Amino acid sequence: MIRFSLRTVGLAAITLVLASIVIFIGVRLLPGDPAQVLAGEQASPELLAAIREQFGLDQPLWVQYLRYVGEALQGNLGMSTRNNIPVTDLLLQRLPVTLELTALALAVAIIVGVSAGIVSAVKQGRFPDYVANGLGLIGLSVPSFWLGLIAILLFSVTWHVLPASGFVPFTTDPAGNLRGMVLPALVLGVGLSAVLMRQTRSALLGQLSADYVRTARSKGVGRGTEVRHAMRNSLTTVVTVLGLQLGGLIGGAIITEQIFVLPGFGKLMVDSVSSRDYPVLQGAVLLTVTAYIVVNLLVDIAYAYLNPRIRLNGGTE
Amino acid sequence: MTAAVSAVVPARPRPQWRRIARRFLHRPMAIVGLVLVLAFIALAVVGPMLTSDPDLQDFQVVLSPPSLAHPLGTDDLGRDVLARVANGARVSLLAGVVSTAIALVVGITLGLISGFYRGWFDAVLGRIVDVLLAFPFLIFAVGLAAILGASLTNVIAALAISQVPAVIRIARGEAMSIRDQEYVSGAIADGSRDGAIILKYVLPNAASAFIVQATVAIPAAIIGEATLSFLGLGVQPPNASWGILLTGAQQYLAQAPYLAVFPGLAIALTTLGFNLLGDGLRDALDPKGHR
Repeated sequence: MIRFSLRTVGLAAITLVLASIVIFIGVRLLPGDPAQVLAGEQASPELLAAIREQFGLDQPLWVQYLRYVGEALQGNLGMSTRNNIPVTDLLLQRLPVTLELTALALAVAIIVGVSAGIVSAVKQGRFPDYVANGLGLIGLSVPSFWLGLIAILLFSVTWHVLPASGFVPFTTDPAGNLRGMVLPALVLGVGLSAVLMRQTRSALLGQLSADYVRTARSKGVGRGTEVRHAMRNSLTTVVTVLGLQLGGLIGGAIITEQIFVLPGFGKLMVDSVSSRDYPVLQGAVLLTVTAYIVVNLLVDIAYAYLNPRIRLNGGTE
Repeated sequence: MTAAVSAVVPARPRPQWRRIARRFLHRPMAIVGLVLVLAFIALAVVGPMLTSDPDLQDFQVVLSPPSLAHPLGTDDLGRDVLARVANGARVSLLAGVVSTAIALVVGITLGLISGFYRGWFDAVLGRIVDVLLAFPFLIFAVGLAAILGASLTNVIAALAISQVPAVIRIARGEAMSIRDQEYVSGAIADGSRDGAIILKYVLPNAASAFIVQATVAIPAAIIGEATLSFLGLGVQPPNASWGILLTGAQQYLAQAPYLAVFPGLAIALTTLGFNLLGDGLRDALDPKGHR
């Protein structure tokens, strides 16, 4: 298990380094000269040259990259060109909003998706199964930004029960914060709960028809025990799917924050594209990708822990 | 000698298309999916010819609800929503099909070569794919759209590039498992050229996996286009795209909710159609699979 974990961590570290290079080069490919953005349209050539020298923009690309990584490891991701605040401060300010949103959405998805999947598998071919399957398909097909607009239309505009926008920090007003987060978390969680429902259903159906369950049934164990055993063996699938779908959740957060005007990471990213605030964009993407790689790493290790065959074979291809 | 070896080469299994079609047609939901997809294609191809000019402004009928003259109502500039939804369908079809086609051609070519030959090419490509898959799809697409600039062509390019890594991974897996089959070893022993083996044996036997992947990738690209356009990184106004229509609808949710309802319904029904079609095809192509 330790050897497997070390190998997985090593591979993730290589992926992270390569991803950081991709991000660094990608940001350099964005239209516009960073020195010009900093100095403004009217800047003289002398000023531009001075800025290039000051920020090391006149150095070869690999020197710039190493300097960026060196600074990033010390927590310095540069300055926002739009409002002259350290990028790290800006990210730390926005991070709690996105973390809260994704955590709540994840909770919604797990509670709704897994329980619907279990009901659907246990009642296979009967009414609850059809309802769960139908809702699952709709959940998969409805884009989250449209669902967001419809939710605002119904709950805020028509019935006035929940706010359409406006974020209150949890520390200032916990009740107000949760009221504002209900719609965004539901909207973001729907798609994932549909995926989880389908995967839980098919994994559980596979397990329920396995030999060990049939043997248990012939020995006269109750339906509840049967499902409990089968569910434990379906957990690997659920964990893997959660890891794979996390990217979708992060992407969905961008849109959800945009619709509900939540001051989170996704909104910061989109705003930084439109205001050409490239240091912020670079920092935000780097942090998101790092989080994504780390979570997938944890999923890989959890998966190996839940399924000994993986770690004994030295990992999946 | 060659003839003698050929004689013992096991026959390669062929997918039995007629049986697959019969299995597919026995699934009512799959047929519903097919109908929805065909309706979407018809709307995209014929719709714009039958409706009025999607950019024609008429300030006499600003924000008017659905009526006989304007079945889906009009927007804040008095433009016909039906005409704009039909035009949006054309943009969606183009973005969905073209980007998926590009992703499939590039991804299948690279993935099959990588899985067939393994070696250094596979190792290098595998690493690149791992790195690209470390980017959440939408973040990758947003980044690419920002680099390339906002336009339909660039959105298609961004969506195609974002989809390539997943296709490479699927094609590589297929090539690896098919390469180990006896009929391929037989063909290699028979002295067939690698290119011919890949085209004659590997590609046709992996086809069903690619067809299923296409039914997943097309709706993902359609939603991707709508999302990028909604965020202002895709098709630019006044051009009609379903995402653009929803951006415009956001400000008038209270006065004109139908502006948000119809384009979103169009996206949802199209995606639902592709999902049902994909489920049906998966079951028809692999009856022993899940369920």
